[in-house]
Amino acid sequence: MQGFGYERPHALARAVALLQAHGSQAVLLAGGTDLIVGLRERRLRPAVVVDIKHVAGLEPSITRAGGLVRITADTVLTDVAADQCVRSNFPALAQAAAVIGTVQIRNRATLAGNICNASPAADTAPPLLVYQAQVVAYGPGGTRRIPIDGFFAGPGLTTLAPDEVVTAIELPVPGPHAGSAFGRLSRRRGADLATVSVSAYVDGDGATRLGFGAVGPRPILIADHSGQLADPAGRADMLARLVRTASPISDVRASREYRMSMLAELSQRVLDAATGRRAEGGRR
Amino acid sequence: MTHTRTIRLTVNGTTRQVRAEPGHTLLDLLRDDLELTGTKACCLVGECGACTVSMNGRIVDSCLVLAAEADGAEVTTIEAVAAGGGLDPLQQAFLDSGAVQCGYCTPGQVMAARDLLARVPHPSVAQIQEAMAGNLCRCGCYRQITEAVQAAAAAVDR
Repeated sequence: MQGFGYERPHALARAVALLQAHGSQAVLLAGGTDLIVGLRERRLRPAVVVDIKHVAGLEPSITRAGGLVRITADTVLTDVAADQCVRSNFPALAQAAAVIGTVQIRNRATLAGNICNASPAADTAPPLLVYQAQVVAYGPGGTRRIPIDGFFAGPGLTTLAPDEVVTAIELPVPGPHAGSAFGRLSRRRGADLATVSVSAYVDGDGATRLGFGAVGPRPILIADHSGQLADPAGRADMLARLVRTASPISDVRASREYRMSMLAELSQRVLDAATGRRAEGGRR
Repeated sequence: MTHTRTIRLTVNGTTRQVRAEPGHTLLDLLRDDLELTGTKACCLVGECGACTVSMNGRIVDSCLVLAAEADGAEVTTIEAVAAGGGLDPLQQAFLDSGAVQCGYCTPGQVMAARDLLARVPHPSVAQIQEAMAGNLCRCGCYRQITEAVQAAAAAVDR
């Protein structure tokens, strides 16, 4: 790794000031499991690395206030996967967090980092999309909330401003009659990126959201208010049409054609799991 | 341009102080500065687990932690496992099960297995495979490694 400055601010305003001072020469460090690989491979050559693990207010925590669950920027995936509130209200997110990387990676990697890295294959993206999460960002103009569907711009790209810091991710607690699920196809269990991933959310009156990962330049959100997707007997045609909105590439993990086929199959299975959980009384 | 800074951390119960460049990782610090070469350097991208150490009670790939990030941390390495000269029962189980062939991945494997057994004293085969998915063995001793972890778990009851 080539030389760079290392800053460890304790105040959010200081972190933002560093981003303003160094512009594109600054990178944020939370878990570092992607960043440090980039530094080592010299894909990233920042003048300064800003470690946000000591910033007041970003310390690891998952809290519920009223109808909103807040996961702070320094919260690692191990804790997201194990948290009882996440597991009972957002099982698809807990499932996705539990299959990223390895134990060693999940002990360092953060949920915020997973979305800020903006890989099209980011495992937590499809669940966050179907749960209608909001990304809380702090910058020179103060705090703003970005709907997660408006956060992903392309491979490695987000709509976050260069001088903004993600401070938390907020998720509205689903109603009591909702069901949700996550499914993922990879070449091996553990330490592999998703070939295809799908998350589904079905609410009490049959409105459905589907999230697709690794089948386009960014994770995809699809919403259906007709009730058709929630109906196991009636969803096939609609699903076949929706799957064609995906635009996967062929790469080392799979061909475009294989991804398209698996996307249809995985969507069926994940929708079945989500509707099954709804029938069981929801959420789980 | 140099950006060296002083890192103070506790390694295997002893407070240590090291001057490190930001580009140095915890792995570099352990091996090069503290000469604790039991922790191995291999893939350097967080895929193989050879550099696994425990940091603040959780296992991490030390190649993916900057030395500067370890400032103030409590780190445990493989050297603490066989402290006192004798092998830890888990290490003995690795030997007895034939889980050590070339041995290069073994320190990381042992650190990951210790972490698992501390969390789950009697893991199933599936739990062992899941917990150790971040530790690759090029000799292909996965079956023997799984058996070693099971044997070590069973030995606790005897």
